[in-house]
Amino acid sequence: MSQTSPHRYRQLRNEADRRRREWNESALPKIHIGMATCGIAAGAQETRAAFEEALAEAGVPAHIRAVGCCGHCYAEPVVIIDHPQSGFPPIFYPEVNAGKARMLAKLFLKEGDPRLEHILGATVANDLIPSVMEFPRFNLEHRLIMERCGRIDPEDIYDYIAEGGYEALADTLGRGPEDVIEAVARSGLRGRGGAGFLTGRKWALARAAAGPAKYVICNADEGDPGAYMDRTLLESNPHQVIEGMIIGAHAVGAGRGIIYVRAEYPLAVRILTRAVEQARALGLLGQGILGSALDFDIEVFQGSGAFVCGEETALIQSIEGFRGMPVHRPPYPVAGGLNGRPTLINNVKTLASVPVILQGGVEAFRAVGTEQSPGTAIFSGVGSVVHPGLVEVPMGTSLRTLIFDICGGVPKKKKFKAVQIGGPSGGYLSGAHLDTPIDFDSLAQAGAMMGSGGMVVMDEDACLVDVSRFFLDFTQKESCGKCTFCRIGTRHLLEILERLTQGEGREGDLDLLRQLSEDVKAGSLCGLGKTAPNPVLTSLRYFQDDYEAHVKEKRCPGKMCRPLIAYYIDLEKCARGCNACEGCCPVDAVFITRDRKRGIDQSKCVKCGECVVACPPEYDAVRRVSPPHLAPVIERPPAEEKDPKS
Amino acid sequence: MASFDPAEAPDLTDEELKTLDDLKSQLEQMGRERGRLIPMLQFVQDSLAYLPPPAIRLVADHLEISASEVYGVATFYNQFRFNPPGRHPIKVCLGTACHVKGGEIILENFERKLQIKDGQTTADREFSIDRVACVGCCALAPVAIVGETLYGKMQPSKVEGIVLRVKIEKEQQERETRQHEPNLPTPLPPTSE
Repeated sequence: MSQTSPHRYRQLRNEADRRRREWNESALPKIHIGMATCGIAAGAQETRAAFEEALAEAGVPAHIRAVGCCGHCYAEPVVIIDHPQSGFPPIFYPEVNAGKARMLAKLFLKEGDPRLEHILGATVANDLIPSVMEFPRFNLEHRLIMERCGRIDPEDIYDYIAEGGYEALADTLGRGPEDVIEAVARSGLRGRGGAGFLTGRKWALARAAAGPAKYVICNADEGDPGAYMDRTLLESNPHQVIEGMIIGAHAVGAGRGIIYVRAEYPLAVRILTRAVEQARALGLLGQGILGSALDFDIEVFQGSGAFVCGEETALIQSIEGFRGMPVHRPPYPVAGGLNGRPTLINNVKTLASVPVILQGGVEAFRAVGTEQSPGTAIFSGVGSVVHPGLVEVPMGTSLRTLIFDICGGVPKKKKFKAVQIGGPSGGYLSGAHLDTPIDFDSLAQAGAMMGSGGMVVMDEDACLVDVSRFFLDFTQKESCGKCTFCRIGTRHLLEILERLTQGEGREGDLDLLRQLSEDVKAGSLCGLGKTAPNPVLTSLRYFQDDYEAHVKEKRCPGKMCRPLIAYYIDLEKCARGCNACEGCCPVDAVFITRDRKRGIDQSKCVKCGECVVACPPEYDAVRRVSPPHLAPVIERPPAEEKDPKS
Repeated sequence: MASFDPAEAPDLTDEELKTLDDLKSQLEQMGRERGRLIPMLQFVQDSLAYLPPPAIRLVADHLEISASEVYGVATFYNQFRFNPPGRHPIKVCLGTACHVKGGEIILENFERKLQIKDGQTTADREFSIDRVACVGCCALAPVAIVGETLYGKMQPSKVEGIVLRVKIEKEQQERETRQHEPNLPTPLPPTSE
């Protein structure tokens, strides 16, 4: 058996190499378009159509290839053009809309002028043009797990094999399961779902569990509203995850695998389903994988959208056809999981790390990151940053490097206020924590958590009471209702926070919040309830001033809570020449008096802020104040005095 | 979690009744284990776009469990809906990044413009509004999806234009189909009788 696996793999690899050579040797220009969900959202489909049309018109033959997402969300739609005949290296173009695509087709692909004013850089070092690797957004990242994302065609298994994919599997099949588990344990890999449990230990427990029919489940129920790295991985490189699952099946002795992926990710579901079919067709799934004795197959299960199903016991309930309510552990799923059988559940990123570890070697993996948290962490940096997107950095990188160097810092010269890490289960960290290294233990110590890897940066205009209310609103809706403290406690927490954001905060509310938060944590069974109060507790700890302003002064320092703010037009600055504010108001709250003064009718204003955007920047006359009574009052003329023409 | 009141369920159209009939035979091929319940509900919703009471009963009968048990599971998950979506479903993203950038104001503007609340459908079944948690393009926040089109960097004032555009496109389409099929009777002008 140890003879056949490498041999079968060699055959696949030869075929993949042949296809890759053919592709590389083709003299035609190659256009790679990032077409994961984020790219499509930004208009990649129109870009692709524009390229096809313009190339046909110009009579230039070229390969157009849809690749996954490289994580540079700020630059979508991303296009990489490799035009060997032009003499230029492959070039990374950001924000290629249909118009730019037509321009590039004509000027670069036909006439050979790369239009340097539109490039981000070359993808490789060269003598002609600067490379993207000179930017911190690229060179401070360290891509282990996402290395191939955005480079390969996710719908072509040979593209993955040509990159060395499935080599780790072929190698593993020739080794004993204990050997594989030992290697994973030695690598120090910790569960990337957020809790950071040692993967090697989990695998050993699943291996030791009695029973012939075991399961491997890939947890891709990414429910945090603001994290999307699992989706990106599945859409950009599904085979790496599948390979990790097969290796896991070999290690623990499982026969069936399930990928539990959110139905809200239709593209990921489609790409995964296709990837599983391709793997099956090449003998990488099914009976006797690569000629070995391993029988293992995978099905894709679509999760129906319940945040709590990210919890492993709830996820199992959901697959069994019940409401996704967590159950008591023990028994842990490794002992008695799906249908009562031993079940290994790992997160997408954990499974995707396994082939990397086995292929590159344990030492190489341990060389990245910290002693206790080896490897890399993937964050989705969003909010007030210049370059939002997915970032993979070595564990131990400081928050400051991540936010200010890689993500480009806070835009519009605003000041950094807080960063929220870990989604609804995580917490806020203030400027004092910017030098905290990112790893499981340091973040937990500071009061946040690795969690899903969602990272929202907030500037001085953010109201932490309001954002905490947002997270509580989410967890309260998603609470499954099993534990009283979670079901009713989160509701009361939310009510108090709503009261604060509406300016109806009472004396003692902050103590009540603190007490109730502790109670909800103590009285809940699963991670959802245990972590739901985190945003409240950490914001109270680091930003109590914000809360006190809401309670005592009925003032929102970030000017976010709409009941606590008012808009008015600064007549000193208003040039009174345009009607932009009046024209844009969706509720006709802006009025003009007889002497051409502009005012805002506070009884009608819904505080959407549209007039702020509409007011020409050279006037910049619309002001936002909190509390609302600070806004000067201008009487609205009676309705009949309105311009008779309108 | 989705809420459901059978009394508010709308009448089924003829087309939906026919789909329901077809589903009966399709379900026969899907097995009767309890673990099939959620895939089955997803399949039914894919065909009907929502889960009307007869569809729930159909699944319950097939799996030989009570309809209330099926309701219990279906209402637990956000994916399932119990009223028909509009022909142009509007989804407003209220993920973290969109919230910070004012997604709620966008939602309110759609609600005000269409005179329905989130989770509801307009009487003519043209539009429905739903809030969704993160569609995954946080860099474009705030985001709204109308039909198949995604609108990034939304502003409240764009709302009216989007709704108007959908309506104009619909009228245009109607005019074109009438031109392409001249045999179709054009609606008679209203007579004064």
